[in-house]
Amino acid sequence: MNAQWTAAVTADESLRALMSEVEAGAPALPMHAVKLDRRSFLKLTGMAGGGLTLGFVLGGQTSEAANAPSDFAPNAFLRISSKGSILIYNKGPEIGQGIKTAFPLIIAEELDALWTDVVVEQAPVNPTVYGNQSAGGSRSIPSSWDQLRKAGAVARAMLVSAAAASWKVPVAECTTRDSAVWNGKRKLTYGALAVKASALPVPDAATVRLKERSEYRLLGKAYTGVENRKVVTGAPLFGIDQQLPGLKFAVYEKCPATGGKVRSANLEEIKRLPGVRDAFVIEGNGKPTEVMAGVAIVADSTWAAFEARKKLRVEWDESTASKDSWTAITKRAAELAKQPAGETTTISVGATADALKGAAKTVEGFYTYPFVSHSPLEPQNCTAWNHEGILEFWSPTQTADRSLKTLSDALGLPVEKIKVNQTRVGGGFGRRLMNDYACEAGAIAQRFAGPVKLMWTREQDLAHDFYRPGGFHSLAGGVDAQGKLVAWRNHFISFTTDGKNPVSGGNLPDQEFPAQNVPNYQLTQTLLPLLTPCGPWRAPRSCSVAWVIQSFLHELSAAAGRDHRDFLLEVMGAPRLLPGGLNTGRAADVIKLVTEKAGWGQKLPAGHGLGLAFHFSHAGHFAEVAEVSVDANKRIRLHRMVVVGDIGPIVNMSGANNQCEGGVIDGYSTMLGLEITMENGRVEQSNFHQYPILRIADQPKVEVHFIQSDNPPTGVGEPALPPVAPAICNAIYAAIGHRVRTLPLTKEGFSV
Amino acid sequence: MAILNLRVNGKERTVEDVDPATPLLWVLRDSLNLVGTKFGCGMAVCGACTVLVDGEPIRACSTPVAGLAGKNITTIEGLARSEKELHPLQQAWIDHDVPQCGYCQAGQLMSATALLARTPKPTDEDIDAAMAGNLCRCGTYQRIRAAIHTAAGRLAKGKA
Repeated sequence: MNAQWTAAVTADESLRALMSEVEAGAPALPMHAVKLDRRSFLKLTGMAGGGLTLGFVLGGQTSEAANAPSDFAPNAFLRISSKGSILIYNKGPEIGQGIKTAFPLIIAEELDALWTDVVVEQAPVNPTVYGNQSAGGSRSIPSSWDQLRKAGAVARAMLVSAAAASWKVPVAECTTRDSAVWNGKRKLTYGALAVKASALPVPDAATVRLKERSEYRLLGKAYTGVENRKVVTGAPLFGIDQQLPGLKFAVYEKCPATGGKVRSANLEEIKRLPGVRDAFVIEGNGKPTEVMAGVAIVADSTWAAFEARKKLRVEWDESTASKDSWTAITKRAAELAKQPAGETTTISVGATADALKGAAKTVEGFYTYPFVSHSPLEPQNCTAWNHEGILEFWSPTQTADRSLKTLSDALGLPVEKIKVNQTRVGGGFGRRLMNDYACEAGAIAQRFAGPVKLMWTREQDLAHDFYRPGGFHSLAGGVDAQGKLVAWRNHFISFTTDGKNPVSGGNLPDQEFPAQNVPNYQLTQTLLPLLTPCGPWRAPRSCSVAWVIQSFLHELSAAAGRDHRDFLLEVMGAPRLLPGGLNTGRAADVIKLVTEKAGWGQKLPAGHGLGLAFHFSHAGHFAEVAEVSVDANKRIRLHRMVVVGDIGPIVNMSGANNQCEGGVIDGYSTMLGLEITMENGRVEQSNFHQYPILRIADQPKVEVHFIQSDNPPTGVGEPALPPVAPAICNAIYAAIGHRVRTLPLTKEGFSV
Repeated sequence: MAILNLRVNGKERTVEDVDPATPLLWVLRDSLNLVGTKFGCGMAVCGACTVLVDGEPIRACSTPVAGLAGKNITTIEGLARSEKELHPLQQAWIDHDVPQCGYCQAGQLMSATALLARTPKPTDEDIDAAMAGNLCRCGTYQRIRAAIHTAAGRLAKGKA
């Protein structure tokens, strides 16, 4: 066993727990008792999300104003004032995925509220009351859909009862629309009914009727984000914007190689610098997801802290720190790739070796993709204040609920002594599923009297990420004399931190396409040791392997001389639901529609090509067609990307389109020119000049279409991204006959 | 340390006890409580901190505050025409539902403001050139382009 594996770096242990929770949609926090000071309770059981049944008590403990006697607050999600305003609490983190608009829309739909009457506020962080308050795995909509619908429907039922009693008519003779109950032509507004409804018993949520899709008035239309006015006027919204009286500003310097500890630092010199209030060493607990060893500097301004950091001299003990080298890794992977099978077999179906020997045509390919960083534009930061026996946080986190437990573990405090306020988040992409920055802010606040805002620099943000792992796939595949796919072999070379399990994003499950769509299939894996922390990056695993799988599939259809659309549809086969969730019928539908919309088969000018790719992830079926041109100098231009997705019914059409448009740009930007490399355990890219995120001039035309099937609604933050890279690479092949097997594209000499 | 007088969004502001080398960004954010201008990179490559100085877009993260005395500084908080009336670009941003995370948008709006002041009817190429310094990690460029065209159209109509 490699000595590195015994090091006290356990990023993956906590990450695995976190990701399994995200995937199961289950809150990590024990359901500790919460005192409810409201008389009205709504007992919701059988919440959606992994079949979990929780006895949530949805009390109206939302804000001081909630106790106004003239308000109707049947649960913690909404409050209707007698003046008619409808306040809806958004429970989930807004990370740019539009949930602060989508969640209230679902409640307002069942409530039959007029959207212009609705005001949205962020809910307090209390998973006992609200259930899941994390944003990850595109699970927000599917895990909260029924809970939010019931919250709105229960309120509507009570308002109808109040109106029916006022008019002395049966409930069945009342209808609702536009924030009012109607009986024929007469109406009572929700505001007018608020006091009366408050006095009624809250019905069992299981008994209230939920709307049929055909009855929707709000869902499916386009809405601008509820916070857009604040965004465009520069109102304080984000973690970095938090202000408190007497606020001080902190930086925290960690070893550039993960796992290094502080041997010594020039603390006395730093403390004498202008504006510096304190400087101290934090030992940390050795967990990259919590607090690694480092030096904190607290100053009167962010700039003073940044300037002091430049003068900080730390001698690091790197005896157990990462020595990871991308150069050494790629060399080793290229050697390993010569072996048809890896150390462990994930799945073997049929007789792949024989099938490859017997195939009419075979293709081999070695695919390489790099590590990448999340790089949300708002660098990691968190404000913390140790006051009145509570450690309070203002945190731009994707996992507001889970952060309570993480902070409790990291800082040695009971959960009851921790309060987290969720701020708007300047980009998630998976980075802020981790709460390391909050743990660091808490550790500093435990040592410093008064509120402190921890601010990372961009350089620190790039140096201390939980990277999307790079990976290598040594592939072989075969088609028979009719050009039908008969064999697929993949030796997947990835990484392990603990010597046993693949790193986050470095696993490939046995159900991954095309395991169930080809008669002979073999997936084996070899894991290389690694200490660089890895973590979920937008559409984890899918964001890298979809490129490999969908590119190689195209290699095979090209070798067979087949039309790729026909080939892909043939591989999908008859419409059926496969274990793991891929519905080949839904897949075929999006493939057919996207090729129709993109003009598949049309004659294009020389140097132009269309590329098609499909991927199923996060319960979403997405097919995309790229139109690319490549000139003699390998300068490429992505002219157009057509996206077709099936995620069931759409909540907010503008938000859903925006997520797909962004997914295309994120996918394109990343495959085009982004890579993180490390030598001697240190990440080599320091800022955006070395990590060139796509700029406006390279924006292609993006067209998005949805097939709004009657399947339950699912998330859209991630599944549009994975098909982007293979669609573009397949288009490059169509344009110039060059097969891209290494990303980013700049590695193979392409530029824009 | 020095005392500096700045004109921000039409108001005279005094900042005491400031290192003259401090970038404008941190004076705005930490001293003047104008947090709409964002920190993204600290080296003038992402554009999140874009503000206008005498109408020209500059990167506040890399502009020492010392040289700005007597100049007109406009930040995102000063872009709207009044409490009630947004700048046409701000309104177009809302109408096109441009923001995703929203973090870059203050900088995008300031760059777009300078563009329209110079080029009232910009082409896509004009937009690409003027907005090249502003990163959007969420990838909202298509909507940014559309919103700039919408705002330009409304401004032209308003003048006609």
